[in-house]
Amino acid sequence: MVAASTVSIARAAEPAGQHPPPVYRRRLWPWPGPLPGFGLSLGVALLWLGLIVLLPLSALAARPWTLGFQGVLDSLSDPRVLAALRLSFLSALAAAAVNVPIGLLLAWVMVRENFPGRRWLDAAIDLPFALPTAVAGLALTALYAPNGWLGAPLAAAGLKVAYTPLGIGVAMLFVGLPFVVRSVEPVLRDLPREAEEAAATLGADGVQTWWRVILPALLPALLAGFAMAFARAVGEYGSVIFIAGNRPMVSEIAPLLIVVRLEQFDYAGASAVGLAMLVLAFMILLALNLLQRRNRG
Amino acid sequence: MRRRRDGNRFLRLAVLLLAVALTCIILLLPLAAVFTEALRRGIPVALQALADPDALAAIRLTLLVAAIAVPVNMVGGIAAAWCIAKFEFPGRRFLLALIELPFSVSPVISGLVWVLLFGAHGWFGEWLQERDIQIIFALPGLVLATIFVTFPFVARTLVPLMQEQGRGAEEAAATLGAGGWQIFRRVTLPDIRWALLSGVLLCNARAMGEFGAVSVVSGHIRGETNTMPLHVEILYNEYQFVAAFAVAALLALLALVTLGAKALLERHGSSRASLL
Repeated sequence: MVAASTVSIARAAEPAGQHPPPVYRRRLWPWPGPLPGFGLSLGVALLWLGLIVLLPLSALAARPWTLGFQGVLDSLSDPRVLAALRLSFLSALAAAAVNVPIGLLLAWVMVRENFPGRRWLDAAIDLPFALPTAVAGLALTALYAPNGWLGAPLAAAGLKVAYTPLGIGVAMLFVGLPFVVRSVEPVLRDLPREAEEAAATLGADGVQTWWRVILPALLPALLAGFAMAFARAVGEYGSVIFIAGNRPMVSEIAPLLIVVRLEQFDYAGASAVGLAMLVLAFMILLALNLLQRRNRG
Repeated sequence: MRRRRDGNRFLRLAVLLLAVALTCIILLLPLAAVFTEALRRGIPVALQALADPDALAAIRLTLLVAAIAVPVNMVGGIAAAWCIAKFEFPGRRFLLALIELPFSVSPVISGLVWVLLFGAHGWFGEWLQERDIQIIFALPGLVLATIFVTFPFVARTLVPLMQEQGRGAEEAAATLGAGGWQIFRRVTLPDIRWALLSGVLLCNARAMGEFGAVSVVSGHIRGETNTMPLHVEILYNEYQFVAAFAVAALLALLALVTLGAKALLERHGSSRASLL
């Protein structure tokens, strides 16, 4: 209906005779719309996408197989690779899981409470997005090193953070936190307070209202935030390598192993790890996406 | 009802304090640490570290890389946003998903893919070597890796806004006889300029701060292929902590300026730009 009413607009826009009338013939392709510039903008976008994203990623997808199928399996079943992948994925999942309650708390306070400095809190939450990862890595290392502001008291309590897998988790926590807050915040803002009030009138106490009314409504957003925080954390490099200590088999993350293999000019081995990371991450994200849909439906 | 709320007051205050405490520990302490460490031996020493020739070269290179990468992504991003938001065609969502793909790729992989294409043993490696063209371990590699990493920012900020605005105004302009460029300049651009600026700002912050992708393709040649974040790493590994933190503090300032400008732009009435 829209298309029919805009036919005349399109014809008026084009000087007579330059183009054949656009709609009267049956088209193989649906008519994109009356505005000019479709071909040009789509062309530029596809060229840009193809050259910058798709061509390089296809090189990543193709390269490992120069080793042959068995070669890829052998390359990936190296204990050092398995340890790095396990470390990266488990720490990223753990960090994202810890980020869910913290992010929910921050989002809750920002939406429901009015206090001086709310704007500052709002800006501070975006800090991990804006702060270059190397700077974050340096800062966290200084903070959690055995003589650091937080590292010293933690060390006194017997907890070593910097240069251990725990430090990797701390860095991943930092980079992932805003994803959860920013994903939950809009949903929480749109959540009708009437539902909570109704629950209260029906005799629900605070805990019941939380479990039965608020959390179910926020669950899809929490899952989405978890997924984004995980995706960011699993590939994170800059903020992790400073604090990790980078000992093979103990605190060496998968992205670092890619760098190590590249430095040995083992292109195929490096891209095998890279491809494995991408495939694993997409599988986890797909599973989370399905879970999210089931909860929404 | 009234009493109920008073009863919750203590709990609410506790929740608020907990949130503030967590924000301070997780987010603000690292920032404070950067500036404290940078100024540990006073401002002159920190400034001296920034005036070092290698540091200056790194700053220049960072600015140059961003100056090339950001406009490329701006043009591509506007084109993509225009065709996704103003037209209807099959595969629109798929196109948007592909554009957002670089966000879910590890920075190291974003650098690795260029080595696979243009490195000595890459697809085009031999061809380039015969012609004596250096891409990896040189400026073009740094630019390509940066473009890849900052690819989605502009399109991602523009698409939701332009979809929300619809195409009524543009169609009216077309009826009145405006051409494509005229419509874009006079009708669309004024509507999206704040969002565009916001997207460009975020793209620029990431371009200047990128570490992983750039680290893979740089080769770490001091004074030549070291951007600021890479220079920070080199200084840190050489135990020149004050100098490392001084350059890091400069990068942190860039992040703070970006956040401040973004907050200002949001107040300007443009829709909320997403850093995600």
